[in-house]
Amino acid sequence: MKRLLLAAMALAILAACSSTPTKEQDGAAVEDRSGATAAQQPAKPPAATGPTATPLGSTGVGGNPLKDPSNILSKRSVFFELDSNIVKDEFKPLVSAHARYLQQNRAMKMTIQGNADERGSREYNLALGQRRADAVKQMMQLLGAQSEQIETVSFGEEKPRAAGHDEASWAENRRADIVYPND
Amino acid sequence: MRSLSGKEFTLINKLMRFFVTALMLAAGTAGASLTIEIVGAGANQIPVAIVPFRAEEGLAQRITPVVAADLARSGLFKTVDPGGMNPVPHEPEQLNYAQWRARGAEAVVIGSVTKAPDGRYDIRFRVMDAVKQTQIAGFVYFATENQLRLTAHKIADVIYEKLTGDTGVFATRIAYVVKRGPRYELHVADADGYGAQSVLSSNEPIISPAWSPDGTRLAYVSFEQKKPIVYVQSLTTGGRRAVAAFRGSNSAPAWSPDGRRLAVTLTRDGNSQLYLINADGSDSPVRLTQSAAIDTEANFAPDGQSILFTSDRGGGPQIYRVSASGGAAQRITFEGSYNVSPRHSPDGKSFTFIQRNNGRFNVAVQDFATRQVQVLTDGGIDESPSFAPNSKVILYATQVGGRGILAAVSSDGRIKQRLTADVGDAREPAWSPVVNK
Repeated sequence: MKRLLLAAMALAILAACSSTPTKEQDGAAVEDRSGATAAQQPAKPPAATGPTATPLGSTGVGGNPLKDPSNILSKRSVFFELDSNIVKDEFKPLVSAHARYLQQNRAMKMTIQGNADERGSREYNLALGQRRADAVKQMMQLLGAQSEQIETVSFGEEKPRAAGHDEASWAENRRADIVYPND
Repeated sequence: MRSLSGKEFTLINKLMRFFVTALMLAAGTAGASLTIEIVGAGANQIPVAIVPFRAEEGLAQRITPVVAADLARSGLFKTVDPGGMNPVPHEPEQLNYAQWRARGAEAVVIGSVTKAPDGRYDIRFRVMDAVKQTQIAGFVYFATENQLRLTAHKIADVIYEKLTGDTGVFATRIAYVVKRGPRYELHVADADGYGAQSVLSSNEPIISPAWSPDGTRLAYVSFEQKKPIVYVQSLTTGGRRAVAAFRGSNSAPAWSPDGRRLAVTLTRDGNSQLYLINADGSDSPVRLTQSAAIDTEANFAPDGQSILFTSDRGGGPQIYRVSASGGAAQRITFEGSYNVSPRHSPDGKSFTFIQRNNGRFNVAVQDFATRQVQVLTDGGIDESPSFAPNSKVILYATQVGGRGILAAVSSDGRIKQRLTADVGDAREPAWSPVVNK
């Protein structure tokens, strides 16, 4: 429990340091709650405890924060170094925001799709992609998301975003993508 | 020696019928084929003359050109010009052995084709020793018009077996994946690349096809449900079933030699670990490995007692062996920092795998007894090696000019072949077992 609290504090600091205003995130999470739960499980009231009166984000009026380009929740990709599954500092605000979103929307589910670059065994790369997706999931769990909310899967090297055979393309393909049911 | 039994042909008929009626059969793949180019040759090529069979000119598919192409492609034979003999010999008593020896032939293949009353063809042939002037082998086959090509491969198998001492694999098949633009197709073709047929077509990736030991089913991984799921598909009925579709990723199917179980990689309990499942998808998976690392790419030993797999429990990926009943695993590759994709040789004496050296990925073989490693290729981007059922050839995927192709190398590294699909990228090859023997 202490650990969770520490994690939550870390999240608060991360959020404060991030370029996206905290208020906007709060507002976004709340405003989306109704839409998201309506799509997912209409009968179930949202589990999030955030006050409904939280101000809306400046650009998210009536929109879905997951799709609002100015909302950090619209950012879905975490990139990794070669042979690494460590979530780099620059992606922690993104991971934190999605973790909080899950925490505030307990009915919401998410898939994290891991990817790898093309070099080497397809099956081993599938496992490397899985490990990246799992690393993102673990961080989200520390920040309050529930394990049941997140399924991690891997595409390995099979669905590259960049088609080139150079380091720039490979870096683009060492990635975990966050996907929501209505994406 | 005998001809093929009716039962054996029934299986082939079923296979052919399946290809016509398969639910997901892609349109317009009938002409799909692989072109084979031979690079390199065996040290000692056996000179053999293959005399055109009597009355084969009228056949929809002539026999001896297929036989000659099979033998030449193996790299182990040199075909001797059979032309200009008068009379053209079809029976042993018509052979002038001295003339054949003068042409350098050590063996002469002769035969004939007759149409039987039931409409099938009676194809008989003999392999004659030009030096000893004796018969090495003689067979009769009964074949319908659709079976002429298969019959030719079987004849090539007999010649290969009698003259090299190893099992012929010309009458086998290969499975592989073709990617054309956004489409993925799982193909099955004859071992010479002829007659490729699509057995599954999808907009999402297909990887890791694996033949059941009886050659009637393929296990593979398909991403059609937006995640990797293991399916088993019957080639006789076309029916298929998801046998591992658990939470997380499901991949890397490997058949047990009795065809009843599959080793698969699952992430249902967390990290990628090996599990055993029933090949029909019944019952719960039994966990085989217990590590905090990646364990994947299982492959059963031919005796079914142990399993090779890739694990990075020691840091980088290396090949390990574990009992098929579980327990502690033992590391068996030590050269290099990246060794993956192990596959046993069917004779159980060695295994092939991919080794990375200086950023290049090549096919290697390691002998179980001596632990000696031989790197067989120098392509640099090789993957997915798979042994031919006679342990003499390894089929693998590589790239030439940015295009995915299949290639084969003899297990001594001397003979190399390239198999190029007429369209698209070919990858993920798997060689069928020998059936109908």
